[in-house]
Amino acid sequence: MAQPVSRRQLLAGVGTLGASAAVAAATGMSPIHFQAAAKSEQTPDAKPRQWAMVIDLRKCDGCKKCTDACQTEHELPKSFEWIKVFQVEDKQGRVYNMPRPCFQCENAPCLKVCPVAATFRAQDGVVLVDQDKCIGCRMCMAACPYGARYFNYNEPPKPAHPFERPTPEHPVPQQKGTVGKCMFCVHRTVDGQLPACVEACAMEALYIGDLVEDVATNGRETVRLSQFIKENDAFRYKEDLSTGPRVYYIAGHGQLLDDV
Amino acid sequence: MDSLTRKRYVERAVWPIGRGDRNFWISVGVLSAMVAAGLFAWIYQLVNGLGVTGLNQKVSWGFYIINCVFFIGISYGGAMTSAILRLTNAKWRAPLTRIAEATAVAALVVGAVYPIIDLGRPDRFLTIPLYAQFGSPIIWDVVAISTYIVASFVFLYLPLVPDVAVASAALGGRSRFLAPIYRILSLGWRGTPAQERALKRGIGIMAILIIPLAVSVHSVLALLFAVTARGGWHSTIFAPLFVLAAMLSGVAAVILVVTALRKVYGLQEFITARHFRYLSYLLVALGIGYLYFMISEYVTEGYLLDASTTPVLEAIFTGAYAPAFWAFSIGGLVFPLVLAVAPGRFPIARAGVASMLVVAGMWLKRFLIVVPGMAEPIMPWDWGRYSPTWVEVTITIGSAAAIPLILVVFFRFFPVMSVHEMDEVEGAEEQARPQLQIAYAGGGDD
Repeated sequence: MAQPVSRRQLLAGVGTLGASAAVAAATGMSPIHFQAAAKSEQTPDAKPRQWAMVIDLRKCDGCKKCTDACQTEHELPKSFEWIKVFQVEDKQGRVYNMPRPCFQCENAPCLKVCPVAATFRAQDGVVLVDQDKCIGCRMCMAACPYGARYFNYNEPPKPAHPFERPTPEHPVPQQKGTVGKCMFCVHRTVDGQLPACVEACAMEALYIGDLVEDVATNGRETVRLSQFIKENDAFRYKEDLSTGPRVYYIAGHGQLLDDV
Repeated sequence: MDSLTRKRYVERAVWPIGRGDRNFWISVGVLSAMVAAGLFAWIYQLVNGLGVTGLNQKVSWGFYIINCVFFIGISYGGAMTSAILRLTNAKWRAPLTRIAEATAVAALVVGAVYPIIDLGRPDRFLTIPLYAQFGSPIIWDVVAISTYIVASFVFLYLPLVPDVAVASAALGGRSRFLAPIYRILSLGWRGTPAQERALKRGIGIMAILIIPLAVSVHSVLALLFAVTARGGWHSTIFAPLFVLAAMLSGVAAVILVVTALRKVYGLQEFITARHFRYLSYLLVALGIGYLYFMISEYVTEGYLLDASTTPVLEAIFTGAYAPAFWAFSIGGLVFPLVLAVAPGRFPIARAGVASMLVVAGMWLKRFLIVVPGMAEPIMPWDWGRYSPTWVEVTITIGSAAAIPLILVVFFRFFPVMSVHEMDEVEGAEEQARPQLQIAYAGGGDD
């Protein structure tokens, strides 16, 4: 699937290579190659990647370009906000923006309750939905504590590529009567591309990363994931539910950590 | 019961059989029209998808799940009333058991269709056994409900076997078509002592079996909600709460059906104020139990002011759902319980009205469980809304009409009161009497 390389992507690729080569040399880790043609489903030492995301709330300005890009990428109607930007008011009355993709929970409540195993976890830790199997009972929507799942009540819009067959990794077009959700754009990352939302974020607030190789990138800078979330006191939303989300938030705008 | 009374009892029990009078056809016509409207709405939904309902991304369970819990709950009350009366060997049960068991089956058939109505892909319903994941509460429901369906059909059918002959005789030679069906259904029943013993044992086993089966159905229905992390749902009391709710609504529904059929079929001589008094006691005991469970649920959850439950409880007690909640608590629980057992005139009419209020209240209560739990802001400030469309309303009304339709049609072919049961109860009483006297005569220190 040849796709035009945007200026951003090109910059991302170059930036990643340039900046992270130096980091890699210094720390001994290999950079994550987000560029076309570089197959990135595996780390250089052939382990499956474990995708994770870091969302820097200090940077997010709530423009919802991530949501738009996601909807374009997956040919979704406007009501389908697989990555949804919430406007949250903290206890001091200040408002900040909080994008919510699917958290790809390690202990995913949606996965446990599915009666037909239409929801499953891929090798790379991403929770996927097999819409050929889904019976549309919506138990997973009741079980998800983050409201990250969306049900296709109506026929999805006509697909741009009508001959493409949807797969769990690339569920486009969506199937009516079944449930869909964010899948970290695994159809893009496998080709070394950034997820649509990460690529579209003008504020560079979204990072896609790999827990195994311990790196993350927002397309411009590449960071060591564990260090990045530790230094910035990153938290996971409703971590007390022990769902084990793979999305980390860096709080900003002065809100209290226990408030979000 | 002397032979004259027994004759009148049999007469009343078989009175509706084969009777095609104007009232019968009017009621069948009206009810069928309502059911047909519901079926039309369902077909419309099958063609167009769940998008024609008021369900949305936030509130993705609504009327169908409420109705599923509600109707299966009613079914439980019917089965349990009959099972308890049999197990405790309540002598007054004879005219009631058939109505209770038939109500159980009718409500169950209706309730069991709702999970299918609710599916986004009903065409894949039969693939569930292929891929069944036994960790999913949905699978527990499928297993429990289907077992329970078989059991309640058997529970209705076994005591019916000897009565098939009664029905056949009542119809006489009027139908050449029905005679062979009755013959098959009677399973060669001749009333030999061996058959009587086998039947008695069978009914006894079913009466015991149906109770844990029904408990399991309502427990796993409750787990559908309780295993999630939602405020107001994630509660350990949910399974017993659902079981008690089912009993309460079911006993109320049985009283309602008995009140109606007593009038329609002229059973006043045999179903008396005494029956209503006993059933009302059962209703009130269950109602008080339910009230206690509910209060202990709300106090336990509300005291902590936990972040996930507080918005739901606020919405229920003082917010958007408060009118429904207080209508249920006062009008659908406390008031009818008082009404049902308060001394005074018109005990039967009061029991009927009270039951109607309880049934309506229990539907509201299921609404108050499902909808606020779905609409609550699991993500910050994200309250959902739900207003059903004509499709959900029409299907709901149609399905409710299906229950009296099933009953009216059923009792056109089978005795509305169990004749065999009455003979058995009476026979046992007559045998027991002299023995009792002997026991008392020879009784020692107790």
